[in-house]
Amino acid sequence: FLTCAYFVFLFRYLISYLFSCPCLRSFVNYEVKEDVAVIRMNDPNSKVNTLSVQMQTEMTEVFNEVLANNAVQSAVLISSKPGCFIAGADINMIQACKTAEEVTKLSQEGQKMFERIENSPKPIVAAINGSCLGGGLEFAIACQYRVATKSKKTVLGTPEVMLGLLPGAGGTQRLPKMVGIPGAFDMMLTGKNIRADKAKKMGLVHQLVDPLGPGLKSPEERTIEYLEEVAIQCAKDIVNKKIALTRKKGLMQKAQDYVLGIEFVRQQIYKTVTGKVMKMSKGLYPAPLKIIETVKAGLEQGPDSGYLAEAQNFGKLAMTSESNALIGLYHGQVACKKNRFGVPERPVKNLAILGAGLMGAGIAQVTVDKGINTILKDTMVDGLSRGQQQVYKGFNDKTKKKTITSFERDSILSSLTGQLDYKGFEKVDMVIEAVFEDLNIKHKVIKEVEAVISPHCIFATNTSALPIKDIAAASKRPEKVIGMHYFSPVDKMQLLEIITTDKTSKDTTASAVAVGLKQGKVIIVVGDGPGFYTTRCLAPMLAEAVRVLQEGVDPKKLDALTTGFGFPVGAATLADEVGIDVAAHVAEDLGKAFGSRFGGGNVEVLKTMVEKGFKGRKSGKGCYVYTPGLKSKDVNPDLEDLLEKYKLAANPSVSSDSDVQFRLVSRFVNEAVMCLQEGILNGPVEGDIGAVFGLGFPPCLGGPFRFVDTFGADKLVEKMRRFEHVYGNQFTPCQLLLDHAKDSNKRFQN
Amino acid sequence: MASMLMNPLRSFLFTFVFPLTLSVSVSPVQTKSKKTLAKPGVKNIVLVDGVRTPFLTSGTTYADLMPHDLARAALQGLLHRTSLPKDAVDYVIYGTVIQEVKTSNVAREASLGAGFSDKIPCHTVTMACISSNVAMTTAGMIAAGQCDAIVAGGVEFMSDVPIRHSRKMRKTMLALNRAKTLGQRLSLIGSIRMAHLTPELPAVAEFSTAETMGHSADRLAAAFGVSRLEQDEFALRSHTLAKQAQDSGLLSDVISFKVPGRDMVSKDNGIRPSSMEQLAKLKPAFIKPHGTVTAANSSFLTDGASAVLIMSEEKALAMGYKPKAYLRDFVYVSQDPKDQLLLGPTYGTPKVLERAGLTMNDIDVFEFHEAFAGQIMANLKAMDSDWFAQTYMGRKTKVGTPPMEKFNLWGGSLSLGHPFGATGCRLVTTVAHRLQKEGGQYGLVAACAAGGQLSMKVKQAYP
Repeated sequence: FLTCAYFVFLFRYLISYLFSCPCLRSFVNYEVKEDVAVIRMNDPNSKVNTLSVQMQTEMTEVFNEVLANNAVQSAVLISSKPGCFIAGADINMIQACKTAEEVTKLSQEGQKMFERIENSPKPIVAAINGSCLGGGLEFAIACQYRVATKSKKTVLGTPEVMLGLLPGAGGTQRLPKMVGIPGAFDMMLTGKNIRADKAKKMGLVHQLVDPLGPGLKSPEERTIEYLEEVAIQCAKDIVNKKIALTRKKGLMQKAQDYVLGIEFVRQQIYKTVTGKVMKMSKGLYPAPLKIIETVKAGLEQGPDSGYLAEAQNFGKLAMTSESNALIGLYHGQVACKKNRFGVPERPVKNLAILGAGLMGAGIAQVTVDKGINTILKDTMVDGLSRGQQQVYKGFNDKTKKKTITSFERDSILSSLTGQLDYKGFEKVDMVIEAVFEDLNIKHKVIKEVEAVISPHCIFATNTSALPIKDIAAASKRPEKVIGMHYFSPVDKMQLLEIITTDKTSKDTTASAVAVGLKQGKVIIVVGDGPGFYTTRCLAPMLAEAVRVLQEGVDPKKLDALTTGFGFPVGAATLADEVGIDVAAHVAEDLGKAFGSRFGGGNVEVLKTMVEKGFKGRKSGKGCYVYTPGLKSKDVNPDLEDLLEKYKLAANPSVSSDSDVQFRLVSRFVNEAVMCLQEGILNGPVEGDIGAVFGLGFPPCLGGPFRFVDTFGADKLVEKMRRFEHVYGNQFTPCQLLLDHAKDSNKRFQN
Repeated sequence: MASMLMNPLRSFLFTFVFPLTLSVSVSPVQTKSKKTLAKPGVKNIVLVDGVRTPFLTSGTTYADLMPHDLARAALQGLLHRTSLPKDAVDYVIYGTVIQEVKTSNVAREASLGAGFSDKIPCHTVTMACISSNVAMTTAGMIAAGQCDAIVAGGVEFMSDVPIRHSRKMRKTMLALNRAKTLGQRLSLIGSIRMAHLTPELPAVAEFSTAETMGHSADRLAAAFGVSRLEQDEFALRSHTLAKQAQDSGLLSDVISFKVPGRDMVSKDNGIRPSSMEQLAKLKPAFIKPHGTVTAANSSFLTDGASAVLIMSEEKALAMGYKPKAYLRDFVYVSQDPKDQLLLGPTYGTPKVLERAGLTMNDIDVFEFHEAFAGQIMANLKAMDSDWFAQTYMGRKTKVGTPPMEKFNLWGGSLSLGHPFGATGCRLVTTVAHRLQKEGGQYGLVAACAAGGQLSMKVKQAYP
């Protein structure tokens, strides 16, 4: 459900700017083949098609002509772009609207257009190759018949929910009829991409076409041509009644329809789904609830109410701060998927990873399937074997899920070499070390490696807090040293924080970003300093969390307060996931670097926990006790005794639930703003992306900077002053935040 | 390498996807005065003769046999045809695809059963549809001076294939073997669930891509824009030519075989010239509903075996044989098993011609393995395309297509049948016979096989 929504923004809405001559149609055209009109879409200004104003206008024109043309019996709708049918509506078109009413009107226009398509007397076959998302999917399901290529690029879905919106052009009304109520909710509430074969099983498409290999034309070109040929035949067959549009329902389908025909059952479904949504979203995201409401309106009160509810709710949602935040994240993510440092001088073809621990193996896993020969080196056979198994498992799980074949798995793994020595390092273009976080060890490693690598090789260090310049101090060639801070688990977490020192060369940075992008990461490039950006923001929040625990709030309550604010993982659970030892280490290091400002909870609490072996999830005990195989977890009973020892008296004036939440969040946010002030951050966009994708800052708030804008810097400062009064300089707002508080026109994001 | 049931009534189809091809050049003896392809210092290798059992649609008269029975019949036929003394052979090699586990070295079992001396070593090879091509090219042992006379052959028996217990069940059964106490045994037996009982059929799909060969052929045909009509026409041509060849007694490599408990078999039974209307009625067999490959324009599941006698020229002459052809050169190529699975002939033909120093025009007889009509047509189109040659083969110009009046004139795998392992020898023997009959000089054999491979051979007619 929504948990992944903030990680997985896979869909590609792109912006289309319209500079075209009004007399000639440049987006949509058609030709008549025998009695079938083949309507081709191709946005000349973008890699993808979007339902922009111009696209819609031209589509309407073409549709009118097709309807009026007596030589035409049926039509095929197809995109000329390989890899994209229609990627969705034009987001800018929605964002340009000032009021809910304007957006509602947009939605109604879309509804009307698709209603005409749906009621077209001439059958229309949608021929889908590539992404068919959002408005594109709504267009396709308004057509009478759908043929899709079985290509990996062909995905169908309604990702609107991830932008805090709902499918606003009839999707909420048509989908339940097409794939059933549960299937429709699953699609619309998760926004997940559905591959063509699954779509066929669900009843979303009628027929599949295989992608073709080399022939007399390029495979992409010929595949589209072949899709068109098949779709034309379908269109003809519909006209001559060889294909019946009413499909025979299977027994299961009939049974399901019968059950869903009972109002009581439907009510139960709404209730269950709403319950699930509330549980996952804590009520912080309005879109899923509106989707349920809209579907319900259509099913219970008829299509008129349904379509009206859809348009109105679409308008309302477009005006919410949540939608604004999510769309901001989407744009930010697109921006962080670009390499602003240019093309590196030489591409990384051979890469070595030092340390086959969780991190090292995770990095290997996301690297080896990108056509990069990867060496995974460890010092111990046991560690290496564990790491190799982790990589194998990663790909084997994909095989089990059938996203790759066992052959592809084996072929990918053939590029991975596990070893204990430095054999072959002379050919390596980049080394990423992921050894233990200890400056002496890192120095030893850097010296060892520099003795065997060639001069062009980049040395990247994966550390969460050690300043890169301190590590680079041991290097003979600091311009080739860079920090690459991955987040655990590497194959799931999208963020990569790249840290440059003032000596790191631009080409080294470009190369690191290029590798990160290949690995599928969203990348922020930040300046060097203790904790860089992400760790530095997290540390004060965790320090505050420890203080909250010391003040007698139990871990479950602490978790509830943080998740209630929108964090996907509670503070106590997060500490366990990160590792209490790591947290203690970081707290101590950063405490030394930043002094009392990073105080709060007593570091001794964490240290004692580590001494007792409560290192978090990895050791089975931390704030919680973890039993393998069990999902539920109980609070570690020994922790209570320990906290009792370090108990602090809570000050009731700053201990309400809301105050505790703001104590945690304001320290995070203040530190983020300070990073911008100090130039660690390149800009607020990277700050928001880093916080959300790396640390789980509430996506509905869009990141710390957008949060300051939306919430109001002045109000935040006011709260902080109150906390400052009780706790001191840990809550002193930084200068930049104060500037924003003074001038309400100052905003981080527009 | 693909074969499919041609009988439309039969509802199951096996396809074995192997992209391999082989081309052989055979040269007949000085009928036309063209250059000899003899290489200095290398022994001339000759085809003395070749035979095969009738190729039967699987599940018919051979149904109760075992693979080595068929191979044995081919070997005995060869002995009979050539009056070869049973100890005059140095080595026996067989090719097969689906192995019967009881006779995994089927060459040895068949050779012993056919009465060959037990002093003759035998081995079995596999390379999908060109397995017997590999068996024949192992005759390179003659050139290397290892042997002077070799029997090579191929056998495939699709009427019975090894169907296994599920992996779970096998694991339990093996554990049962090792169990020491009654309690252990009972608990193992108790662990058997319904799921354990699901049998495991031999793979119908290419292992690396999980795609069946018929499916791949259909995509290939689509990629090259081969229409259903073109495929049906080619299939009809194959059946018609095969029928003519059969009726006029040209298929002299076929031996009669008295099947134990059944009748004497002396003809292939898959040849069915039909009409275009009949062919057009069939539904696509793999890609539904818009595919173009049907049961009728694909090769069908076949039982059959073949054998050839290969010798050094001196040995053959010393034994008083008049060889039928020289085996001159061969090449194996392989490509992407997904999208170019069946394109071997296109890649292999120019290579083998180059090696032999010949051009397309020099070849008088072409025998290409017909896995699917669509596959043949796609290859012909690829060979005729400059774009394909430039984009995928690194050539400046197209390969060029073999003229149809020299191409598979006595039918092909589509009509005669395609016992995977046995087809290679049939192609080579047919080229030799056609060179003799038609008075040609050079022949070319090409076959594609699963895994994206191909073997090509050039043969020169024996003067």
